Amino acid sequence: MKRTVLAVLACLLLLPLGLLAQVRNELRFYLHSDPRTFDPLLVTDESSDTISFLTTGRLVCVNRETQALEPELATSWKTSRDGRTITFKLRDRVFYSDGSRFDAEDVAATIKRMMDPNTHSPFADIFGAGTLTARIVSPLEVKIISSTPVAGFDRIFDQIAIVSSRSPLKEKAALGPYFIADYKPGSFIYLKRNPNYWKRDGAGKQLPYIDGIRLEIQANRDIETLRFLRGEIDLINSLDSEHYDQIAQSAPASVHDAGPSLDSEQMWFNQVANAPIPPYKRAWFRSTNFRRAIAFAINKQDLARVAFGSHAQPAVGPISPANKFWFNRNLPPAKYDVNAAMKLLQQDRFRLDGGTLRDEGGNPVEFSIITNAGNMYRERMATMIQQDLSKIGIKVNVVTLDFPSLIERITEKFNYEAALLGNINAGLDPNEQMNMWLSSGESHQWNPREKSPETAWEAEIDKLMKAQSVSTNPAQRKKYFDRVQEIVVQQEPFIYLVNRDALSAISPSVIGAHPVVLRPETFWNIEYLRLGSNARGK
Amino acid sequence: MTSLQKFAAMTLTGIALATVLSVAMMRTSYATQFRNIPNAVPSHQHWLGTDDLGRDRFTRLVYGTAISLSLAPIAAFISVIFAACIGGMAGYLGGAWERVITAAVELVLCMPWLFLLIAVRAMMPLNISPLLSVIVTFSLLGSLGWAASARVVCASVSSLRDSEFILRARASGTPGWRLLFVHLLPNLKPVLGAQFLISVPVFILTEANLGILGLGVSEPLPSWGSLLTELESMHGFASAPWKLVSLVLLVLVVISFQLIISSDEVSA
Repeated sequence: MKRTVLAVLACLLLLPLGLLAQVRNELRFYLHSDPRTFDPLLVTDESSDTISFLTTGRLVCVNRETQALEPELATSWKTSRDGRTITFKLRDRVFYSDGSRFDAEDVAATIKRMMDPNTHSPFADIFGAGTLTARIVSPLEVKIISSTPVAGFDRIFDQIAIVSSRSPLKEKAALGPYFIADYKPGSFIYLKRNPNYWKRDGAGKQLPYIDGIRLEIQANRDIETLRFLRGEIDLINSLDSEHYDQIAQSAPASVHDAGPSLDSEQMWFNQVANAPIPPYKRAWFRSTNFRRAIAFAINKQDLARVAFGSHAQPAVGPISPANKFWFNRNLPPAKYDVNAAMKLLQQDRFRLDGGTLRDEGGNPVEFSIITNAGNMYRERMATMIQQDLSKIGIKVNVVTLDFPSLIERITEKFNYEAALLGNINAGLDPNEQMNMWLSSGESHQWNPREKSPETAWEAEIDKLMKAQSVSTNPAQRKKYFDRVQEIVVQQEPFIYLVNRDALSAISPSVIGAHPVVLRPETFWNIEYLRLGSNARGK
Repeated sequence: MTSLQKFAAMTLTGIALATVLSVAMMRTSYATQFRNIPNAVPSHQHWLGTDDLGRDRFTRLVYGTAISLSLAPIAAFISVIFAACIGGMAGYLGGAWERVITAAVELVLCMPWLFLLIAVRAMMPLNISPLLSVIVTFSLLGSLGWAASARVVCASVSSLRDSEFILRARASGTPGWRLLFVHLLPNLKPVLGAQFLISVPVFILTEANLGILGLGVSEPLPSWGSLLTELESMHGFASAPWKLVSLVLLVLVVISFQLIISSDEVSA
C-alpha cells in the first residue's frame, strides 16, 4: 500500500515536468569538458569553440558544406590588390541579444582587442609578426589594414567572432543564434534563442527554429552513446568507429559517415642531426629511399579497414581529399607494394639476410615506434605496421608512452626513432600549417627548428610556403601548395597513413541536419535545425 | 589446509598445467594477424574468436596467462627479497635504525606508485624486445612493491628479536650472522611465504592496470592487462560475451591466491 502511494506521488510530481518538456523546443547534446572561457577571442578548446560558434557572429562564414565563403554580418567585402586591406560593408539593423546595436565600432574594437598583446588572443597569431588595425569609414563600413600582405585575408574572418564594444554584458552579448542563459560548472550550459538574431528563413520567419540548447558536460563517451540510444540526447558531433558501430547496430538511421575528415594519422622518422640515436640509424632515416620503402611496405588499406573498421581512407598526402580546394588531385593514390619497397632498399644497399634486413654495414634494421598510450587506433596501427614491416625483414618495437613523456621526447630531447601521431586540421587554408612546413618551424616534427634548410627539398618547401603565404592570387597559391604536396609525397618526411572519416550521430527527430566533414559536423547549420514531432518531450 | 584452500590450490595448478600444455601444443602464433576476419565470433578454428586485429584470442589468452602466471611470482620473489632485507634489517637493528627505515618505508608507501611506474617506464630505452619489456615491467613491479611487505617483516623480526630463544642465543655468545641465518630467518619463513602469496595477485592486478592504461606489456606480446582492454566499453562484452573469459580467468586466479593466503597468514 505504502509503495502504491509513493508511486502515485512520484507520478504526480513528474507530471508537471513532463508537461514542461512538452512545451520546450530544446536540443540536447554533450560537451566533453567545461569550456575554458566564454570570451570568443580567447578560445583554444573544443567546448569553448562550440559555445563561441553557437553564440557569436562573424563578418563572413565558410559554408561547411560547400566550403565557399558566404556573407554574415558583412554583406559584401573587397580585398585590395596588395592583400593588405580588406573593406567590409556591414549589415544594417543588427542587434545583440541585449538589444544593443551592432556597427563598425564593434568590428574595430574587436580587432584592437584581439591584436593587443595583453589579450593573448590565439587569433592574433594568424597574422604572425604583422599588425592589424581597423579604420571606421562609416557606421556600416570598416577597413581592416594589415602591415604585411595576407593570403586568404577574407577567409580568416570566419574565425574571428565580433564582440560588442558598448554592451555592459561585453562578450556575453550574443550576435549569434543563441545566448548563454545559464551555466552550472561541471553540470550543464543552457543556451536560449537570441530574440534579436538577424537571420530569417526564405519565408521571412526569424531564425533559429529551436528555442534552447542544453549542453550537458560529460566526458564519458560510453555514457554519451548510451544516452543517445535512449533518446535522452539528440546528437553526437564526433564519434569514434567503435561507438559509431554500436549505434549503427540498434539505430542505423541515426549514424552518418560523411567520408574522410580533414584529420590525418601519420608516422615519421627522427631526422634531427644531434638526436641521441646511432649514426647509422640516422643515415637510414635521412634516406629518401628508406622512407619511401617504408611507405610502400605499409598496407594503408588494411589500416583503414581493420584498425578503423572501414571508417577511414588510406591517406594520399598531407591534405585530405575533404579539403576541396587545396587537395592536390594529381597525387598518385596510396600504394602497397612490397617489391617496390625492396627495390628501393636495395638501391641503398640494404640486403635480406636470413629474414633480417641489414644495411651496408651489416646492422640489422630495427627501430622503435612511439605513440600515445591509451589511443586504441594508434596502438592498432603501430601493431599492424610492425607485422607489415616484418615482411621485409624489419623489426619494429612498439612503445606506448604517456602523453607528456611522448611530447617531451619528440619536441625537446629528440630521444626517439619513429613516432606515430595524428594531425587535427581545423582550418582549410595552408597558412595554418606554416609552422609544420617551414624548416624553422616548431612543428616541423621530423627535424624542428632548423637554422637553415638541411636539404634541398626542405629549402624548396620553405620557398613555396612563403610565396603562397603572401600571394593574393588563389590560383597561384594553389599552384605553390600543390607543389609542396608533391614534394612531401616524394620525400615522405611524414608517412601519411589514413584520413579518419567524420562520424556523427543525429536523432531522426532532428530535421534539417546534413552532417559534414568540417567542424562542427552536425550543427553547423544550427539556425535551420528543427525538432520533429517524435522529438523527446513532444 | 581446508577443503576450500585445497580446491584453490588445485584450481591454480590446473590453470598452470593447462597453460603449459596449450603453449606446447599451440600451432598459431599469438602475433599472427588474420586481417580478413577481425572480431570474428568463436569457431572451431578460433575457439574464442579473433581480436580487433584478427589475432586468435585463445592463443593470446594462453600466452597472456603463461606470461602473467610465470612473471608475477618472479616479481613477488624480488619484492619479498627486498622486504626481507630492508624490513629484516630495521627489525634486527632496532632503535634509531628501525625508526629511520620505518619512516623511509612509510614514505615509499605514500608514493603513488602507479605514476611512479609510468614515470620509470617512460625513462626506459625504447628499443627493447617485447619479451624483455615484459620482464622489465614485472621486475619494476617487484622492485617498487616491497614496502608493505617490509613493514610486516620488520614487525615480525622485532618481536622475534625480543623473544626468549634469541635472548638465550645472544647470552650464550652466538655471533650476529648465526643469529640471523640460523635463528631468525627460519622463523620468518611463514611470514615471507605469506607475503609472497599476497604479492603475486597484487602484481598480476597491477600489470593488468598498466595494460588497461596501454602501458603494460609491449605489442604484440599478450598479457592479461592487454586482453582486458577489450572490455573497456560495455558494448565490448555485451555483444561478445566470450571476451569475458580473460576476466573470469583473472578473477579465478586472484581469488585462488587469496584463499590460499588466508591459511598461511594465520599460521604466520
